[in-house]
Amino acid sequence: MIPLQPPRRLIDVQIDDETVRVPEGATILDACRAAGKDVPTLCHGDTLTPKNACRVCVVEVEGARTLAPACSRKAEAGMKVGTETERARHSRKVVLELLGSSVDLSTTPRAAEWNEEYGADPARFGPDAATVEQPAKVDNDLYVRDYSKCILCYKCVDACGEQWQNTFAIGVAGRGFDATISTEFDAPLTDSACVYCGNCVEVCPTGALSFKTEFDMRAEGTWDESRQSETTTICSYCGVGCNLTLHVQDNKIVKVTSPHDNPVTKGNLCVKGRFGYGYV
Amino acid sequence: MSYDRLTRPLVRENGVLREATWEEALDRAAEGFRRNVAEHGPDCFAMLSCARSTNEMNYVGQKFTRVVIGTNNVDSCNRTCHAPSVAGLSAVFGSGGGTSSYQEVEDTDVIVMWGSAARNAHPIFFQHVLKGIRNGARMFAVDPRRTGTAQWADLWLGLNVGTDIPLAHAVAREIIHAGLHNEAFIERATVGFAEFKECVEPWTLTAAEQVTGVPAAAIRELAHAYARADRAQLCWTLGITEHHNATDNVRALINLALLTGHVGRYGSGLSPLRGQNNVQGGGDMGAIPNRLPGFQDILDPDLRARFESAWGAPIQPRHGLNLTQMLEGMAEGEVTTCYLIGENPVQSEADSLACAKRLAMLDHLVVQDIFLTKTAQMADVVLPASAAWCEAEGTFTNSERRVQRVRKALEPPGEARDDIWILCELARRLGHDWAYDGAEEVWDELRSLSPQHRGMSYQRLTELQGIQWPCPSEDALEPPYLHGRLWEHDPDRRGAPAPFAVLEHSPPVDLLDEEYPLRLTTGRRLDSYNTGVQSSGFASPLRRGETVELCPEDAERLGVAAGEDVRITSRRGSVVAPVFIDPALRPGLVFMTFHFPDDVDVNSLTIEATCPIAGTAEFKAAAVRVEKLVKAG
Repeated sequence: MIPLQPPRRLIDVQIDDETVRVPEGATILDACRAAGKDVPTLCHGDTLTPKNACRVCVVEVEGARTLAPACSRKAEAGMKVGTETERARHSRKVVLELLGSSVDLSTTPRAAEWNEEYGADPARFGPDAATVEQPAKVDNDLYVRDYSKCILCYKCVDACGEQWQNTFAIGVAGRGFDATISTEFDAPLTDSACVYCGNCVEVCPTGALSFKTEFDMRAEGTWDESRQSETTTICSYCGVGCNLTLHVQDNKIVKVTSPHDNPVTKGNLCVKGRFGYGYV
Repeated sequence: MSYDRLTRPLVRENGVLREATWEEALDRAAEGFRRNVAEHGPDCFAMLSCARSTNEMNYVGQKFTRVVIGTNNVDSCNRTCHAPSVAGLSAVFGSGGGTSSYQEVEDTDVIVMWGSAARNAHPIFFQHVLKGIRNGARMFAVDPRRTGTAQWADLWLGLNVGTDIPLAHAVAREIIHAGLHNEAFIERATVGFAEFKECVEPWTLTAAEQVTGVPAAAIRELAHAYARADRAQLCWTLGITEHHNATDNVRALINLALLTGHVGRYGSGLSPLRGQNNVQGGGDMGAIPNRLPGFQDILDPDLRARFESAWGAPIQPRHGLNLTQMLEGMAEGEVTTCYLIGENPVQSEADSLACAKRLAMLDHLVVQDIFLTKTAQMADVVLPASAAWCEAEGTFTNSERRVQRVRKALEPPGEARDDIWILCELARRLGHDWAYDGAEEVWDELRSLSPQHRGMSYQRLTELQGIQWPCPSEDALEPPYLHGRLWEHDPDRRGAPAPFAVLEHSPPVDLLDEEYPLRLTTGRRLDSYNTGVQSSGFASPLRRGETVELCPEDAERLGVAAGEDVRITSRRGSVVAPVFIDPALRPGLVFMTFHFPDDVDVNSLTIEATCPIAGTAEFKAAAVRVEKLVKAG
């Protein structure tokens, strides 16, 4: 017999001298957001188990020797958390510099804003700093893998693997700085187990994975989010009733995502819902 | 091939379709309906309403049929897939919806996927199943093919096509003989157990093994796991319903839930997975010949009176024709005019050649669609519609009875118009001055007439990301599962007991013999959909066109290789398709899709043997032979 979840108790946590009440089992990040604090995150996925890969969300917990990743550390009753302490800010600055010097963060939402906020200067390691620069992999008509933008957060691997899709088309290959996200034997997607659900693209925080429509429009210089509308509706294929958010520019669908808090999809779609809009 | 959207109305002149103004097309459409009804009475009219369109469109469509024309001849493609589920569930529980929610599949102990290739056909539902499996649930797959679903199962029961009833009976007998049936539940909440027990008695594990091909030990394992589970979900799809005795198949599964008490509790229930975005909603809205909006019985005089006073028109006190009967009516000259909204029966119906012949006999055919389908090409008037899911406002209802908002994101192309606008314009020309100021006004009218939708205002649907019916009150939400009443102690609150069904095994109509020795079954692939009109519009790297899938043993016996064109012949038709070798098939079983009818018309092979209760055809079981092509000369 599988036990059902009992109702959760509420606990009080102190965030920067402000007390907030969150359900037991919530993370420090949940508590920070409940307190209205804007803690940066990259590898954190609201639909995924925390991976603790990027360390950009670190905060200072009173009495702890090391900084804690807010996205995975559970809040505890009476915990005192500093989100903007000198140590936390300095750590975020270095993380942003290391990532920014080696990875192309040009399409990462808010990266430039955070660099300014924390005084990060990714260029300070000089022009010879190692990078992951490489050509984008364009091997099918639906989505593109541009690993020069990849920060190795593993979210795509988790979404493709046991947490959602259970297709296991991608994993991590190599070790250390040379580690990359890869299909088996680095085969093209079309020779891999990929089923083109695009659930990896949905969770990618940097734009390393992008829909072919977006990739092409960016290359042409026609991608303009300020002219796009987002409308959530229901998929027109099977009867499961998946919620689709249609990103429309000039009366054309340019991208399809799904709300992460939706009870039907939890942010996931299949190939038809994600890409099967060509007929309208 | 991909289709272009319809952007102008079309009318037939001198045998060919030409572009026309809306004014002319609507006048022609209305005039044809008026002429036929005047000549033959209202029952010569039939509407096929669109399971792809909104609840609001379906509500107005059935109202058009019942009020403007005055007949109950309205149905939808529900008939070709899940009508038996609705018929079976409503006969037992009084309500035709699946009893559980997706979340419950994650919180259950045993999941039985019976005749359901959900991994490919309902991928996001299957993600809930996978969550359940990851949480510790055991999953059993019952399917002639070792599908993607079966690959995730604890146990795959590969039964012979069309032997679902013997298998279900053997499971039931084993449960009873092991003393694992829920006597308290059976006593309190069901009727007919003694007769049921008697009817399953001959189906010993050995007898069932002989008929179904499933090893006795596997049947026993399923029986014990299902009966011993604290909570269990039984899910099915078209493997159960696309048979000539489909309603019996559904009842056979419901029997198992009644036997074990796996219904009416959180985590225990029965889930038919619907194949089209709004096929649940179409039926809920009354776009079926035997129900008024809110799935209310059309034979109940008090209910009819409510609708008559709200609509200001009499409603026929009898069932209309269902899709199957409509097609028969066309052949017999009783149905002479037809209004098809978003349906492509020429390619989706079994024995497609016969269907086209029947539509050709109509005096007046109006097709409202977003594409010029094979069916639309036969029409006298073609009305270009908007695509409901992204060019209209409204709601859809999904397989867990969740009503969710559909929103307009795009302007329809050219002169294509909203379905409801078109229906109102036609009604106006036929003497009913209808005007709806948007979909919400239609929805509010429906809410005033349907108790199970009453609490679902658009605002609430948005706030709660959809609401499952029943929802009678704006201030409360009902449990996510149905029929909790069956567990009440008070007999009054428990209501009508759920009847067991006494069923007989009836093998597929299309018999195998020396001439047609192979069993053809049909289904869907992950990246394609139905007749392919929609899904042909994107470049799926997975797509490989129509093939005939054979197991390696059969391919070797026939001397054919992968990729080689072969001829597939049934008693009704013959097609040519390339061979695809699939080790997931068992010897004697052949699989094809129906996604590419313009290349390979698979439904010219299938048999139009229909379920007498629900009218669904036996798409899942045709007898065929596969032959090597011989080079001419």
